[in-house]
Amino acid sequence: MGRFIYRRLIHGLIVILGVTVIVFVVTRMVGDPVQVMLPLESTPEQRAAFEKKLGLDRPIPIQFMEFMGNMARLDFGDSLWQKRPAMEIVFEKLPMTILLTVVGIGFACVLAIPLGIIAALRPGGMVDRVTVFGSLLGLSVPQFWLGLLFIVVFAVQFKILPTSGAGTPSHILLPALTMGLPTLARLVMLVRSSMIDELNRQYVKTSFAKGLPFVRVVGLHALRNAGLPIMTLVGWEVIRSLAGYSVVVETVFAWPGIGLTAIQAIEREDLILIQAIVFTAAVCVVVINIAMDFIYKLIDPRLKLT
Amino acid sequence: MNTSPKAPLLEVRDLVVNFYTRGGVVQASRGVSFQVDYGQTLGIVGESGSGKSVAVQAVMGLIFNPGRIEGGDIFFKGRSLLDPAGKKRVRQVRGKEIAMIFQDPMTSLNPVFTIGTQITEVLRHHLGMTKDQAKKRAMDLLDMVDINAPEKRLKQYPHEMSGGMRQRVMIAMALACEPQLIIADEPTTALDVTIQAQILELLTDLQQRLNVSVILITHDLGVVAQLCHRVAVMYAGRIVEVGDADPVFAAPVHPYTRGLIRATPRLDAVTDRMVSIDGVPPDLISPPKGCAFFPRCDQAGKACSRMQALIALGDDRHVSCWCAAKEVTR
Repeated sequence: MGRFIYRRLIHGLIVILGVTVIVFVVTRMVGDPVQVMLPLESTPEQRAAFEKKLGLDRPIPIQFMEFMGNMARLDFGDSLWQKRPAMEIVFEKLPMTILLTVVGIGFACVLAIPLGIIAALRPGGMVDRVTVFGSLLGLSVPQFWLGLLFIVVFAVQFKILPTSGAGTPSHILLPALTMGLPTLARLVMLVRSSMIDELNRQYVKTSFAKGLPFVRVVGLHALRNAGLPIMTLVGWEVIRSLAGYSVVVETVFAWPGIGLTAIQAIEREDLILIQAIVFTAAVCVVVINIAMDFIYKLIDPRLKLT
Repeated sequence: MNTSPKAPLLEVRDLVVNFYTRGGVVQASRGVSFQVDYGQTLGIVGESGSGKSVAVQAVMGLIFNPGRIEGGDIFFKGRSLLDPAGKKRVRQVRGKEIAMIFQDPMTSLNPVFTIGTQITEVLRHHLGMTKDQAKKRAMDLLDMVDINAPEKRLKQYPHEMSGGMRQRVMIAMALACEPQLIIADEPTTALDVTIQAQILELLTDLQQRLNVSVILITHDLGVVAQLCHRVAVMYAGRIVEVGDADPVFAAPVHPYTRGLIRATPRLDAVTDRMVSIDGVPPDLISPPKGCAFFPRCDQAGKACSRMQALIALGDDRHVSCWCAAKEVTR
């Protein structure tokens, strides 16, 4: 177990290192922050002074060494745009994105698991066909369009929910729904097919022959076996929500999370803030992956943590 | 225990089970009747697809979509398991009064639960035992099926055990609630020969010690001859010959039974080649109208293609063959 954690941490560090190196290189190759930050009429002297202030005048290797050192201390420097520590901004916005993800994915799981099981009990039946159709629909709809549709319907037409922003609990409904629906569509398909596989296995017949109640056989014996693929997808969806969908959803709903902040930082070529955000996203991915490995082991004792 | 000596423990009467598949309706069980008395061991033999498993799974209420029980009745201790109240009774009875052991112990246990959980859940569900009571009983059960260090074994998962060991666990699970009938569906087919012998020995020993009734489904005629009081031979969804084991083996009447016995390799006879029965079993989507064995039978007469026979030979022995009728009347 100790060996497993050690190995995973090393792997994680390598991933994070790799990501930050790429971010470091890319932000210095694409665009010139100085050009963006300073007014057009500024003089070459002013530009040089600014470059010096950011440390961009020094050789790249030196910059890189310093960058790595700062990263180890979680100090990426001040955001060029907001003029305050980048990590401070990240820590302020990250909880909002985590909240959105938890509510969105949680909603998807709570609905997908029972729906998928019911569909799997009678493949080809009414519930199954409706579920498969609905889930195909959910898979085909682009997320940003879905968000806009929700705004038009619930906020503009019926005026029952706020269009955007955050603050009250009702603010989270539309963005979380937009976040969760495509996940729900993917998840329900997987729960359904995994459960169909499991329900045909011999141990299910044994469990029935033992006289166990239907709910226990399906909801415990079969579902736990189907849990591995299901958890794999859930983990993947959490990662994609935190570090991917959040950009789209938060932009549509002006949800003050890390996705929206990332877009704003990119628009302003705030390379300090971008670095901090990407670093944080990489850490999230690594942490979730390690957590998933533990969950796998909990679900299926045959797995060995290596 | 034997409350009404007239009623057998289990009686299956004219059981019809059909499977609605894409290719057509598979008539897996076409009017199967048999009975098991208290303390008796019934062997059901027949080749793959002859409907042996389907018949006993119907008893357990384990016929699932697309299969349907469409005729006949099943009586356990004189009460139907198929009438409207019977469906509820099946759920109470299975695992408690009738237990089943399956063919493949590698897949019959749930891989993600410990042996302990899988044994104790039966006890807790049927007998309402507490966790501690169930654990104690589970250890006794493992002891009964000759598994050593039961306390340690309870914490193990199926993948940490060998096939023979897993089948012993299955047997322990079947014995959990002291059932009156154990259905063993080819319990040794998936095991290697030495383990087979051990498991069969265990089953016989337990059968005698606990005086349970057993239905033993098998391909192995030798096993039936050794263990069973009665034997039923199935072919193409029907029982073609049924009777006490000794007379059936001593003087098989149905040509199929004879063929089976002839096809069993013997140590005491020198043969160059294995004997087999020519031909293949009929398609159960459109089974022949008369005797299903007719196309493969070397003694077939005119009547065989038209009508199914069922002839009582006395001593509770029945054969479905016209030739047998001739022999008897002769």
